[in-house]
Amino acid sequence: MSVLMAQQDIRTHTIAVLVDNEAGVLARVIGLFSGRGYNIESLTVAEVDAAEHLSRITLVTSGTPMVIEQIKAQLGRLVPVRKVSDLTVEGPSVSRELALIKVVGGGEKRIESLRIADIFRANVVDSSHDSFVFEIVGKTEKLDAFIKLMEPLGLAEISRTGVAAIARGNTAL
Amino acid sequence: MSETQLNGAEIILKALADQGVEVVFGYPGGAVLPIYDALFKQNRIRHVLVRHEQGAVHMAEGYARSTGKVGVVLVTSGPGATNAVTGLTDALMDSIPIVCLTGQVPTHLIGNDAFQEADTTGITRQCTKHNYLVKEPDRLARTIHEAFVVAGTGRPGPVVIDLPKDILMGKAPYVPAARVKHRSYKPQLKGDIKQIEQAVELMGKAERPIFYIGGGVVNSGPDAAKLLTSFVRSTGFPITSTLMGLGAYPASDQQFLGMLGMHGTYEANLAMHGCDLMICIGARFDDRVTGRLDAFAPNSKKIHVDIDPSSINKNVPVDIGIVGDVAHVIEDMIRVWKAKQVRPAQKALAAWWGQIDQWKGRNSLAYKATDTIIKPQYAIQRLYEATKDRDTYITTEVGQHQMWAAQFYKFEEPNRWMTSGGLGTMGYGFPSALGVQVAHPESLVIDIAGEASFMMNLQEMGTATQYNLPVKVFILNNQYMGMVRQWQELLHGSRYSESYCEALPDFVKLADSFGWMGLTVDKPANLDDAIRAMIESDKPVLLDVHVDPSENCYPMIPSGAAHNEMLMNSEDTAGTQVSDQGMMLV
Ligand SMILES: Cc1cc2nc3c(=O)[nH]c(=O)nc-3n(C[C@H](O)[C@H](O)[C@H](O)COP(=O)(O)OP(=O)(O)OC[C@H]3O[C@@H](n4cnc5c(N)ncnc54)[C@H](O)[C@@H]3O)c2cc1C
Ligand SMILES: Cc1ncc(C[n+]2csc(CCOP(=O)(O)OP(=O)(O)O)c2C)c(N)n1
Ligand SMILES: [Mg+2]
Repeated sequence: MSVLMAQQDIRTHTIAVLVDNEAGVLARVIGLFSGRGYNIESLTVAEVDAAEHLSRITLVTSGTPMVIEQIKAQLGRLVPVRKVSDLTVEGPSVSRELALIKVVGGGEKRIESLRIADIFRANVVDSSHDSFVFEIVGKTEKLDAFIKLMEPLGLAEISRTGVAAIARGNTAL
Repeated sequence: MSETQLNGAEIILKALADQGVEVVFGYPGGAVLPIYDALFKQNRIRHVLVRHEQGAVHMAEGYARSTGKVGVVLVTSGPGATNAVTGLTDALMDSIPIVCLTGQVPTHLIGNDAFQEADTTGITRQCTKHNYLVKEPDRLARTIHEAFVVAGTGRPGPVVIDLPKDILMGKAPYVPAARVKHRSYKPQLKGDIKQIEQAVELMGKAERPIFYIGGGVVNSGPDAAKLLTSFVRSTGFPITSTLMGLGAYPASDQQFLGMLGMHGTYEANLAMHGCDLMICIGARFDDRVTGRLDAFAPNSKKIHVDIDPSSINKNVPVDIGIVGDVAHVIEDMIRVWKAKQVRPAQKALAAWWGQIDQWKGRNSLAYKATDTIIKPQYAIQRLYEATKDRDTYITTEVGQHQMWAAQFYKFEEPNRWMTSGGLGTMGYGFPSALGVQVAHPESLVIDIAGEASFMMNLQEMGTATQYNLPVKVFILNNQYMGMVRQWQELLHGSRYSESYCEALPDFVKLADSFGWMGLTVDKPANLDDAIRAMIESDKPVLLDVHVDPSENCYPMIPSGAAHNEMLMNSEDTAGTQVSDQGMMLV
């Protein structure tokens, strides 16, 4: 495999998985990734249909086209998995992530962090005399950029939700 | 009107009976006592008491592989469940349908490190096709019915149902199988007809085609093997099989080139290497089959038929990947082939066969027989001659003897050959043979064994005695872990580190102590008589065949090598340098 893999390019894919919300289903998905050596860059999960007991898992992973196909096929053969959809290749999609970011400190740095937060349309959801908690929503890259800018300004703690994503247009999973 | 309530254990037995289960292989313990009590009170389902839970799973595997039914196992919580793990993993790797019921501590104690608690669903999640923890008596019947569907359909595999003791004692109404429908699990049986047409078109044009078949044909059922055989015959193409597929195509047929892969025949491997069209049916491009991937059948187009989408393009990219069941897909292929009146490229095909016949001429399975010491290959040939006209089932352990069995025993039908291919579990063959014998009490069931492997589950001799299961254990005793020794010779300068079998028992006395018949033979001249005595006994028999301890299994594609870089004999081996990359492979 290594020879074949090296020859192909590695890409990041966002995959949506609709599963029966039963005990152990998340462990199955995570176990599949660790057991077969696939990457998980982000994973989010929550129930999306309480009556039908359905949860949606959104995964961001990376690999060669052959590996991505394997990942989808492996997910598809888990018994509680209803649907697997590769949002990266099946047409346009939107993806968002939310982060809560704590910045600690005073003086110029404090003012600068607030100014940047404004540019990024981050909200202040908590503040004390020497700290802010910013809430920022957007694409992963936007969050990454914001966090980078906060680093010299007293960045103290980060909590990110991971990516939620959905296809554009009138189709539904 | 309220439905009749049964307790959990009664529900289980009723559900098993509804699923057509005749026999359960198991071992009792505190957590499953209610099930044992319910078993005691009925006589519809037989229970075979094993001596170790690993043995129970292998028995169920032998039962399943030789009948096409789902094998059923019952073990207690904690150590009962953990002892079953090797068998479950074995069944997963070889796609064997098993339902394994495990006891569990009562629901309110789960997570408390209670006595004999193990996180069975956690431990077995990665070594089962699916598993369940039943938390409400109401779910019990449904779960069992669903488990049989999951285990037995699609790509078959083991399913664990973990049963807390309070669930076994709680009451609920019974739900019949017909009322259970699964929401997401729906294996695809029919193949895409467009792809099938494209595949047939490629076959019509191929000049150097080959069929490469595997265990999926056996999984698909006896009809699949019949359809495949008739289709392959109508094409006139050569055909080879994996270890797991042996018997799915008759070995004595002219078109059959023998097994391929690491210990496959010269003609099978070179035909794979040189083909321009590979038609893979129910096989999974295992590393033991492909050899070095970048040199695997380099100039070929590839068609792959498999019921599991994850098998397609896993190791080897293919041109046409058809998801579907072998029998269904071949049926369509035959129809398309006839409708399009495909005529294979006769001239090219004749030249291809000419080339193959030349490769066959190398006689790659040849060995030097002597009249002083029994060669293991000779022992299997004699066993084959003595049993081929009988109703015979063969199982094996793991090692050189397994490969020689695959090379020298000719299987004409599916379900006659049980071996541990994917996991390579020493200790599989003997309990598996017992399971086969349970399913086929009148048949001749033989475990072709290595002495080291047999030692791994020999406790099941007691099971054979208790249930009058007259299996034959045919030990090719080379006093070595021969396969390990062979690799040490090739890769580690003949430093035979820990591969000599010290302190072996006197197998005749061992047999005797369990009430078996024990025989030993060390002269080629006496072999036939010993085999005859073994076959004719109506008892279980252990035949200890002393074979040449230094014999190696050829041909061999060393790790990291390609199909056309085979070692044919020990002279070839002497000069071989295995690459650093090859040294790393298993
Ligand atoms: C010591 C040792 C040496 C070995 N040497 C060799 C060797 O030289 N040659 C060799 O071939 N093997 C060898 N093996 C075995 C090897 O490790 C693999 O187990 C074997 O090659 C796999 O066989 P298979 O491809 O037929 O797949 P199986 O494991 O039998 O898998 C079956 C495939 O068919 C599919 N399938 C299942 N049901 C259906 C259906 N109804 N319809 C369609 N598809 C279906 C499955 O999804 C799967 O992809 C060796 C093993 C050991 C222990
Ligand atoms: C449970 C288990 N442990 C270790 C191995 C590694 N292994 C493969 S073959 C083999 C030796 C088998 O010896 P024997 O049963 O005598 O067969 P022989 O090769 O001599 O015919 C070993 C140790 C294995 N396959 N299974
Ligand atoms: Mg041995």
